[in-house]
Amino acid sequence: MNTQQRSYLSETAEQIKPSGIRRFFDLATQMDNVISLGVGEPDFITPWNVIEASFHSLEQGYTAYTANAGLLELRQEISKYLRNNYEVEYNPENQVIVTVGASQAIDLALRAVLNPGEEVIVIEPCFVSYAPAVTLAGGKPVIVHTSAEDDFKVQPEQIEAAITSKTKAVIVCSPNNPTGTLLAKEELIKIATVIEKHDLLVISDEIYAELTYDEAFTSFSAIEGMMKRTILISGFSKAFAMTGWRLGYAVGPKEIIAAMTKIHQYTIMCAPTMAQHGALEALRNGNTSVQEMKTSYRQRRNFVVKALKDIGISCHLPGGAFYVFPSIKKTGLTSEKFAEELLKKEKVAVVPGNVFGESGEGYIRCSYATSLKQLDESMKRIDRFIHEQV
Amino acid sequence: MEKKELELLKLLEGNARLETKNIAKMIDVSLEDTKKMITKLETEGAILGYSTVVNWSKVLEYEGVTAMIDVKVTPSRGVGFDKVAERIYRYPEVKAVYLMSGAYDLSISVEGKTMMEISRFVSDKLSTLDTVISTTTHFVLKKYKHDGVIFDDNDDGDKRIMVTP
Repeated sequence: MNTQQRSYLSETAEQIKPSGIRRFFDLATQMDNVISLGVGEPDFITPWNVIEASFHSLEQGYTAYTANAGLLELRQEISKYLRNNYEVEYNPENQVIVTVGASQAIDLALRAVLNPGEEVIVIEPCFVSYAPAVTLAGGKPVIVHTSAEDDFKVQPEQIEAAITSKTKAVIVCSPNNPTGTLLAKEELIKIATVIEKHDLLVISDEIYAELTYDEAFTSFSAIEGMMKRTILISGFSKAFAMTGWRLGYAVGPKEIIAAMTKIHQYTIMCAPTMAQHGALEALRNGNTSVQEMKTSYRQRRNFVVKALKDIGISCHLPGGAFYVFPSIKKTGLTSEKFAEELLKKEKVAVVPGNVFGESGEGYIRCSYATSLKQLDESMKRIDRFIHEQV
Repeated sequence: MEKKELELLKLLEGNARLETKNIAKMIDVSLEDTKKMITKLETEGAILGYSTVVNWSKVLEYEGVTAMIDVKVTPSRGVGFDKVAERIYRYPEVKAVYLMSGAYDLSISVEGKTMMEISRFVSDKLSTLDTVISTTTHFVLKKYKHDGVIFDDNDDGDKRIMVTP
């Protein structure tokens, strides 16, 4: 009898690299009393009215599936919210889909639009899922690197230079994870010109849209001529502190949303019903909480940027999200080494910048979504660590 | 009031022990100006004091009871409820006095060592005031939340995992 066994894994699954975050997570969880600046989610608990609304829906017996695209009521609220906040108009009947987090919306969008081998421009440093999601959808990620000199803002020429005959789409994320960079309206207009010229699609990840601190947020879809070329992706995780609820959405041209809904229907069926009921309450009565959380993030951002400056670490002022992305180049350490040593010596967990792409090398991502007390203490520890290095 | 002052007040209201240098960084104002703002707010009486929220049930040696008392009064001509409120709030055992809309006029919070002490206060001092028509005393059995702070033993803090993308 033949006892040999072949590998059952697909080549795609084998080739995809595990996220560098994973290794760090394992390291950090082995230690006690670590202050973590490595958490990419709010430190607030979901607003109580949202939790309560979800309880209520369960008590009322709303435990069955919803429509594939999500509760119509919720799609209507999403549509209204986007109109009121970002001046974009989407029909709740056929241009909105509720997903399992914005992450699923990204996956659906890519699967709905990519033919095998088509290219998607991914602007790094960025959220760890974009490039793998492109690969999994059969496409090819083409990386564009941004730099601190440009405040990590992509230059339209860079996008233009990366375009080939196979380019289908560009993934844009503003405010950005991990850099916190916010693209201004004028900058989006310049990108839009390139998109228009080459007949491309934009997958705009606007999950941090509510969290901007100095300038107003502009949706890519609100740029003239871009609505028909944009899949706008967002969700409840960041603004409403609902990461664990796994609820996001995508809006876009109706043919694309229909295709996404088709894939969603066969793979997920619908987003969790109780989470959808919570989200309804979040959109209807959640703004006060969002504004309070936003104020608190802004204060902590100011604190951290100033504290880093006092330490002598250069860091651009991020316009949004809840991350700072300071340079650690002067220590002479790589991002990985820095993060590892800092964790071992001072018990502060940060995420090495290279995890978010090659251009993140020399930087670390610190989330300031943690208590001021912890932030204050971690800054003291980072100060001590840096001065031992140089 | 200036926006920064409002921001500062809200921060201090949430935590009176925030270090001034940290407040300065958070509200994006120089340390000197932050100190000036605090002094100004204290002088103007916008900041009346700094107190600590104590969960006395955690302190074994502490004995004490709190009562909320609904008081109906006849307002006096010319001074309305203010005069009688003053007669009441001057007592040190009275911790809070509010003028209320609805079924009664003044809501007062009284602290004492024992129930007896509070009942003596009500019968000897409060109900004997000319303007007081009636009182209803409610003793506090358990404090769940006070001044925005939840008195909870079971909260195990940050529930997030250490590192996430």
